[in-house]
Amino acid sequence: MGKPMKIRASAKDGVTEVKVLISHDMETGQRKDANGAVIPALFITEMSATHNGKTVLSGEFGTAISKNPYLAFKFKGGAAGDKVAVSWKDNKGDSRTDEVAIG
Amino acid sequence: MPIPQKLKTLVLATVVGMTPLAATAADSAIDAINAYRELLADGNPSELVAAQGEELWKTPRGPKNATLEQCDLGLGPGVVKGASAQLPRYFKDTGRVQDLETRLMTCLQTLQGVDTKELNKARFGKGLMEEMESLVAYVVTESKGQKIKVDMRHPEMKKMYALGKTAFFYRGGSMDFSCATCHGESGKRIRLQELPDLRTHEGAAAGWGSWPAYRVSNGQFWTMQHRLNDCYRQQRFPEPIYGSDVTIALSVYLAANGNGGTVMTPGIKR
Amino acid sequence: MNNQRRNVLKSGSGAAILGALAAAGIIKPGVALADWNKAAFEAKSMADTLKALGTEKPAESKDVQVTGPDIAENGAVVPVGVVSTLPNTTMVAILIEKNPNALAASFMLPAGTEANVQTRVKMGQTSNIYALVKADGKFYIATKEIKVTLGGCGG
Repeated sequence: MGKPMKIRASAKDGVTEVKVLISHDMETGQRKDANGAVIPALFITEMSATHNGKTVLSGEFGTAISKNPYLAFKFKGGAAGDKVAVSWKDNKGDSRTDEVAIG
Repeated sequence: MPIPQKLKTLVLATVVGMTPLAATAADSAIDAINAYRELLADGNPSELVAAQGEELWKTPRGPKNATLEQCDLGLGPGVVKGASAQLPRYFKDTGRVQDLETRLMTCLQTLQGVDTKELNKARFGKGLMEEMESLVAYVVTESKGQKIKVDMRHPEMKKMYALGKTAFFYRGGSMDFSCATCHGESGKRIRLQELPDLRTHEGAAAGWGSWPAYRVSNGQFWTMQHRLNDCYRQQRFPEPIYGSDVTIALSVYLAANGNGGTVMTPGIKR
Repeated sequence: MNNQRRNVLKSGSGAAILGALAAAGIIKPGVALADWNKAAFEAKSMADTLKALGTEKPAESKDVQVTGPDIAENGAVVPVGVVSTLPNTTMVAILIEKNPNALAASFMLPAGTEANVQTRVKMGQTSNIYALVKADGKFYIATKEIKVTLGGCGG
């Protein structure tokens, strides 16, 4: 299920800016633990963002995206109260969706 | 805080791996590092930890199935806003000086009936300690932008300040280090990190005011106790017991020196 | 072709085959992106990554910009982004030349979304960062070097 994301969405002059923080380890599969065993790769592969249900961004991540991924983007339109939702899924099948109202 | 010219030159020498160059180029190296830090300031992953903490704060838990919403952090039961800017402080009900973490331990015990012994083993990032870290992230976020305002009038605070000062300059361990070895002189640095002179107001305000913080190097949120514990580890001292008097005393010393500075917590550190 | 074949053989998964087919120009990358582009993310060199993303020689463009600091204090978290002022920019991707796998992320931009995406990446060492964009069906590229310094105390 993953932990909740932090999503901020603010509309100004006809453009909505979205900033997202996702709680995720983003393990590369190249690190070793204290016993020398390889820590298996665990990373978000796909994400998408919607505005009132319409896709405004879809992304694919590799292991080089930092732990607790951050993402900022802008789309035209959007008004206070509209819904912005962000979803992700990782290489082990875990996924999560969170939603905020544009402030 | 102005950066001495000597430091700028040294930093550049590290970056380009050669002897000092013109001051303008040195300025640009410092500017570049500052630009990096500014880019990280917006979207501090501490927010994720603080959100967890806020949920823990407001959820009935523990043997007494109570929330922490009546926890008195010094400004009265339930007041979180601005509370950590005024910690550590002397608490009448416990009869001792407490920092944020030991005060939260009191609340966990009295309000929720939680046994906090596990915390003394200081296994950072695990179990109850992870919950403590989340609570700390929540509370310190609520003081961001406030002034550091530690009330030093109580005799117990003065005692703790004196103990903290002694601890700060106390040399020991296999390297014969003290806190002051790294943080008792202005203009020092380790590689590209400036080391605040914690004896001074400016240095203490910068250091105390920006911890607890998210460490990007390991992706962990570090409380002040964790920060101090790691300083002792690096000095090759035995690591202090979590929440012990010496850690609170050091916090009193740092906070009092930084009094009047700005709380920038939660910070974000390399 | 050898490299594409290797990717297919190594993984044997549908996504890789789609990716390789996309790389070979048999199907359009936009279609293959319905699944994670394994071939592109597992490619090691810049050249192989570009191929897997559907281009061999993207044109250098001043209308594309890699955003980010000149120096990163820590390679674990380096703020980078892509900005394109080219009309109809539909895809942006971030590539890190000296990482084990060059591709860090790619984004599809529906009409109305600005070609300005910022994120944070891991860098193993000082490297050129590339912004690859697709605008009006053509690929463009821009680059910026970001230096990664050693950290100080506490790892």
